[in-house]
Amino acid sequence: MIGIALQIAFGCVALALLFNGWRLLKGPALGDRIVALDTMVINAIALIVLAGMIGGTATFFEVALLLAMVGFVSTIAYCKFILRGDIVE
Amino acid sequence: MTLLVDIVVSTLVLLGAAFVLIGSWGLVRLPSTMERLHGPTKATTLGLGSLLVASVVYFHARLGIWTAHELLISLFLFITAPISANMIAKVHLHRVRIGAIEEPDSIAGPPPLPAGDGDWATFETPKRNTPASTANT
Repeated sequence: MIGIALQIAFGCVALALLFNGWRLLKGPALGDRIVALDTMVINAIALIVLAGMIGGTATFFEVALLLAMVGFVSTIAYCKFILRGDIVE
Repeated sequence: MTLLVDIVVSTLVLLGAAFVLIGSWGLVRLPSTMERLHGPTKATTLGLGSLLVASVVYFHARLGIWTAHELLISLFLFITAPISANMIAKVHLHRVRIGAIEEPDSIAGPPPLPAGDGDWATFETPKRNTPASTANT
C-alpha cells in the first residue's frame, strides 16, 4: 500500500513541478517568476524526500536540508538584486 | 510493518502530495501576483510538513530508529517561508510603483495603503530613533 501511495505522490509532485515551470516561463511579472522558482525548490525537496522513502535510505535528508538553505538564499539574493541592484552592500 | 503504520504513512504521503499539487495549481490559476503568493504557502507548510512526518514514521517502522533530520527541514522552511514571501511582495510593490508592470484585475484589487498619512514601510526612508534604523548613525 505504501508503494502505491508513493508512486501516486511522485506523479503529483512531478505534475506540480510542471505547473511551476509553466508559471516560470509565462510570468508575466518578475515577482511571479521568483515565486515560481521558490516553489520549484520546495517541490524538489518533496521529490527528494519521496525518493528517499522509495529507496529506503536515510542519506537523502542532508541533500534536502542543503537544498532548502540554498533555495532560501537564492530567493533572497534574487529579490535583493531586483530591489537594490546589488546583493551584498 | 504493521497495518496501522501502513495506513498512517500512506494517508500522510497522499495528503502531502495533494497539498503540493494544490499549491502549484493555485500558482497557475490565481489571477494576480499578490494572490499567487498565497498558493505555494500551502505546499510549503502543509504539503512538505505531511511528507516529512510520513518519512519520520516510515523510517522508524523500517529501520527502528528515530530521526530528527526531517523536523529540522520542516523547522527551517517554517522560519524562512515568511521572509522570502515578504521580500517577493516588496519586489512586486516596487515594480508596480515605478510602473514596470500593470496591476492586473483581481477580486481583491491592489493592496490598499496603510491607515494614516504614511506609505508602505518599504517606500519610506528609515525613521530616526527606531532600534534598527540606519538613520541614527
